[in-house]
Amino acid sequence: MVYLKNLTVSVSNKVILDNLNFEFKKNRVYALMGPNGSGKSTLAYTIAGHPSYKADKKSKIIFNKKNITNETADKRAKQGIFLSFQTPMSLSGVTVFQLLRLALSGKKDPLSVKQQIDQLAKRLHIKRELLSRSLNDGASGGEKKKLELLQAVLLDPKLLIFDEIDTGVDVDALKTIAKFLDGFKKGRTIIIITHYNRILKYIKPDKVLVMVGGRIVKEGSYRLAEQVEKQGYEKIKS
Amino acid sequence: MPESHVYKSKKGINKKVVEKISSIKNEPDWMKEFRLKAYLEFKKKPMPDWGADLSAIDFDDIFYYIKPTENQKNSWDDLPKEIKETYDKIGVPEAEKKFLAGVSAQYESEVVYESIQKALTRQGVIFCDMDTGLRKYPEIVKKYFGTIISLYDNKFASLNSAVWSGGSFVYVPKGVKVTLPLQAYFRINAKNFGQFERTLIIAEEGSFVHYIEGCTAPIYTTSSLHAAVVEIVVQKGARVRYTTVQNWSKNVYNLVTKRARVYEKGVMEWVDCNLGSAVTMKYPSCYLVGEGARGEVLSIAYAGSDQHQDAGAKMIHIAPNTSSRIISKSISGQGGRTSYRGLVQVNPTAKNSSVYVTCDALILDEESRSDTYPTMRVKNQEVDIQHEATVEKLGEEKLFYLASRGIKKSDAEGLLVNGFIDPVTKEIPLEYSIELNRLINLEMIGSVG
Repeated sequence: MVYLKNLTVSVSNKVILDNLNFEFKKNRVYALMGPNGSGKSTLAYTIAGHPSYKADKKSKIIFNKKNITNETADKRAKQGIFLSFQTPMSLSGVTVFQLLRLALSGKKDPLSVKQQIDQLAKRLHIKRELLSRSLNDGASGGEKKKLELLQAVLLDPKLLIFDEIDTGVDVDALKTIAKFLDGFKKGRTIIIITHYNRILKYIKPDKVLVMVGGRIVKEGSYRLAEQVEKQGYEKIKS
Repeated sequence: MPESHVYKSKKGINKKVVEKISSIKNEPDWMKEFRLKAYLEFKKKPMPDWGADLSAIDFDDIFYYIKPTENQKNSWDDLPKEIKETYDKIGVPEAEKKFLAGVSAQYESEVVYESIQKALTRQGVIFCDMDTGLRKYPEIVKKYFGTIISLYDNKFASLNSAVWSGGSFVYVPKGVKVTLPLQAYFRINAKNFGQFERTLIIAEEGSFVHYIEGCTAPIYTTSSLHAAVVEIVVQKGARVRYTTVQNWSKNVYNLVTKRARVYEKGVMEWVDCNLGSAVTMKYPSCYLVGEGARGEVLSIAYAGSDQHQDAGAKMIHIAPNTSSRIISKSISGQGGRTSYRGLVQVNPTAKNSSVYVTCDALILDEESRSDTYPTMRVKNQEVDIQHEATVEKLGEEKLFYLASRGIKKSDAEGLLVNGFIDPVTKEIPLEYSIELNRLINLEMIGSVG
C-alpha cells in the first residue's frame, strides 16, 4: 500500500526521520508507538505531504505503486491518503458539510453528502448542533476525533493515519471510535499513532512498531505494546 | 460601450456648471441656492488628509453632469438597446422577475428606468429617483434633504450637494412594512465621469423597509470619482436596513457619506460590502437620538492589488438606553490594503447604553496590509462596552488541513475566506451572498493565476 524508501526528513538541519525503510500493507492495522519527539507525527505529516516536511533527495514514498514523493498534499489525499490530526484545526465559518461538499465535488452530490453526514453522526454519537457549527469550534477532544473519523469515512481513503487518536479522548468516545474503525478496516491500511495501548484493547493491531530517534527500532505483535506499557521505551531499545 | 449622450457638461466644476445642472433639471430656487452654497463650501474645504491617498483626484478632469436620454422611461421595452444590453449583463430583468419589489436602475447620472410594483403604490410607498422625488414630492424632500448630512459636513458631501444627480427617494408611510427589498442598480459607463447620486429614505413611525444597492462598473482606464450621499430618517419604532454590494472598477474613487438619524426605539442596520474601487472611504453612521434606538453596521471589505479600502462605522449615542453593534470583516491580498476606521461616541446624556464592536482582519499574503483605527469617546460611566479586534493570516496549518482532505489551495483559500466573512454574509439575501462569495473567490483566483 505505502512503501517508504530511505525516507529522511530534516527540519532546520536536524534529522527527524532517519533513513526509514518500511512497507505498510493492505488489510493491516499498525500501531506506531514511541516517546515524544521520536518522529511519529513527522512521519504522519510527511506521508500526508505537509509542505514543511520535505524529504531529502534519496527518499521515496511509493503509494499504490506510484511515486508520490513530490506530490502536494491535496493530490495525495485525492489518491486515497487520509490524515486524522492530533489537534484538528477549528475553521471559523466552515461547517463539516461545507468542507466535505467541496472535497467531494464532482464525486458525490451535495444531498447524499449531507445524508451520509447525518447517518454517520448518529452512529458515532456526534451531537447534531456540532454539524451546523464551525468545524471543531467548541468541540471536546473526543468530538473532534469523531469528526475526523466522519470525514475519513466520507472521503473513503485507502490509507488512514490517526495521529494520537486517543489524546484528550474519554473512554466512551474511544470505544466508539475503535469499534467503528474495526468495522471500517477491510481493504485499507490503518496506522494508529499512540502513546498508550488503551485504544489497542478495542482495535487489535496486526503489527506494533516502536519508533525512537527517527527510526523504527522494533516490530512485533500486540504483545510488544503491552511490553512497552510495562517497561517503557528505554528497555525496548536496548 | 459607445457613449451616446443628449447633454454632457464640460469637464471641470464652477458656479456656471452648478447653475446649469439646476436649470436643466428645472429645479425650485431653494435647491439651486442649496447647490450654490454647497459649491462654495466645496471650494473652501481642504482635501481630507487623515485617510486614504486622494492626491490623484483631479477635480478639473471630471464631468459633473451627463444626461443620457431625454425622458424618464417607465417600461423595460422603451429603453434604448445599448442600455438594455448593459443591464442584461448584470441580470436586472431576471432579478426583477424573481423577487424584486421595484427596480430603479441608474445609467450614468440619471435614473432612466424604473418600475414600482403596484402593491407598493397602494401601500402609499414612494420609490423613485431623487430628481423625480424633488419634482413630485417637493414638501417631503425639502423637509429632510440635507438635514441628516449637511452641505457643510465634509468636502465630498459638499461636492455631492452641489452637483448631485439621480439616486433614490424612498418614503414609507406610518406602520407600513415593505416585505420585499427595494433594489437599485448603479453603473458608471463614461470615461472620466463622476457620479454623484443622492439618496433619501424616510421611514415613518413603525414602518419597515430594506433597501439594496448593488454596484458594478465596466472597466475603463482613467480615474473616476463616485461621491454619493445617503440620508436616512428612522422615525419612532421604525426599522431600516440598507444593504450595499459595491464592486466599482479598480480606478474609481468611492467616497461616500452615509448617515441615519434614529429616533425612539428605531432600528437602523447598515450592511456594507466593499469589493471594488481603487479607494473607498466610507463610514456608515447612526445618530441614536431617541431613547432605546439601535444602530448596526455589518461590513466586509476586500482589497486586492492597488486597492485601499478605508471603511468602518460611526455610532453616536445621544439618547439613553441606546445600543450599537459594529461587526467589521476585512480581507487584504495581492498587496492590497484595508483599514478599519471607526468612531463610537457615547454622550453624557446617553445613560445606560451599550456598545459592541468587533473588527477582524484577514491578511492573505506578506505584501498585504491591514490597519485598525478605532476611536472611542465615552463621556459617561453607565455604559456597557465590548470591543474586540483580531488580525489573522491565512495560516499554512489550516490550508494543510484542507489539503489533507483533497482540497486544492485556491479552493481552500476561498473556503476559509468565505468562512471568515460568514457572520456578515448570512445577514444578506441569499442571491447576494452567493454572488459576493463568488466575486471574492474570483478576485482571489486572479491572484493565483
